[in-house]
Amino acid sequence: MKYLKQFCIIILISFTGEVLNKWIPLPIPASIYGIIILFTLLCTKVIKVSDIREVSKFLIEIMPVMFVPPAVGLLKSWGIIQNNLWQYAVVTVVSTIVVMIISGLVTQLVIKLSKNERKK
Amino acid sequence: MEIFQNSVFFGISLTFLAYGIGLLLKKKLKLAVFNPILIAVAIIITVLVSFNIDYDSYQNGAGFISCMITPSTVCLAVPLYEKLDILKKNYKALIAGISSGVVTSLLNILLFAFIFSFDHATYATFLPKSITTAIGMGISEELGGYVAVTASVIIITGIIGNMLAEAVCRIFRITEPVAKGVAIGTSSHAMGTAKAMEIGEIEGAVSSLSLVLAGIITVAGASAFANFW
Repeated sequence: MKYLKQFCIIILISFTGEVLNKWIPLPIPASIYGIIILFTLLCTKVIKVSDIREVSKFLIEIMPVMFVPPAVGLLKSWGIIQNNLWQYAVVTVVSTIVVMIISGLVTQLVIKLSKNERKK
Repeated sequence: MEIFQNSVFFGISLTFLAYGIGLLLKKKLKLAVFNPILIAVAIIITVLVSFNIDYDSYQNGAGFISCMITPSTVCLAVPLYEKLDILKKNYKALIAGISSGVVTSLLNILLFAFIFSFDHATYATFLPKSITTAIGMGISEELGGYVAVTASVIIITGIIGNMLAEAVCRIFRITEPVAKGVAIGTSSHAMGTAKAMEIGEIEGAVSSLSLVLAGIITVAGASAFANFW
């Protein structure tokens, strides 16, 4: 029953997320409401990590395989992609690398600045 | 062949088997190019096309796998909670780094929309490209993008991040573990985070935090940016 209980908690939170997504007129998906709810419940100790540890670990571990069916959806949208293949490739590759560089360097700069501040 | 149309287990089995082959190939060949998700998609598309199996028959079963994306994303609250001390200690750097990354991503897409004169749907498709699939697909749907294309672009983004993270950090002298984690998690979500976990514990933890926070900030950011094009 341990796993059933853990799974039940996670599914109930996901469902609550979907309800909020439906009721609140904001473009926030159920998963984000769910993370916020679970995080709040953990911080307020209503739920302990041990109440969901095994199932949450399992779900996070197998997450990559869940992305496969939506990616197969590429088959359906191939027509749109095919016509603009090089544009799509340029946008994806360039913006991924640029975001990586900017966010990493900004973080590093702030860490260095606060370290220097502490030294003074 | 009717069993392929009717059994939900067909789509599920095909997905698991194809992903299993992808994992095996990656283990054997140890090349970042052989990404298990990429290989699985290639195998499944090949099977569907060569046996002339309807896409909807496949999704009929495979949908049961992808419907678990939401509960799994909810579970990311657990590592977020467990690494709360790292978050607190570096909160200024984390907020600055992640938000600059999100804004950079959105500005980049706006710039490309201008260069390539995208229509609104294409623009909305690309806006959430750097964040985790569950959130990205939700945003794309809400803003009127092509959800399936968004999922593909997000996965390609993940593969690029996974492949290039180490090289980019080396070339641009991103040496601080927290900074590496932010760079990887903000730019390439869960698939990049897998690489960050390999690099180190702090990198992995911060990358998980970054993918969650970048996702949340992007929800607000993308909705605002949707009005610009």
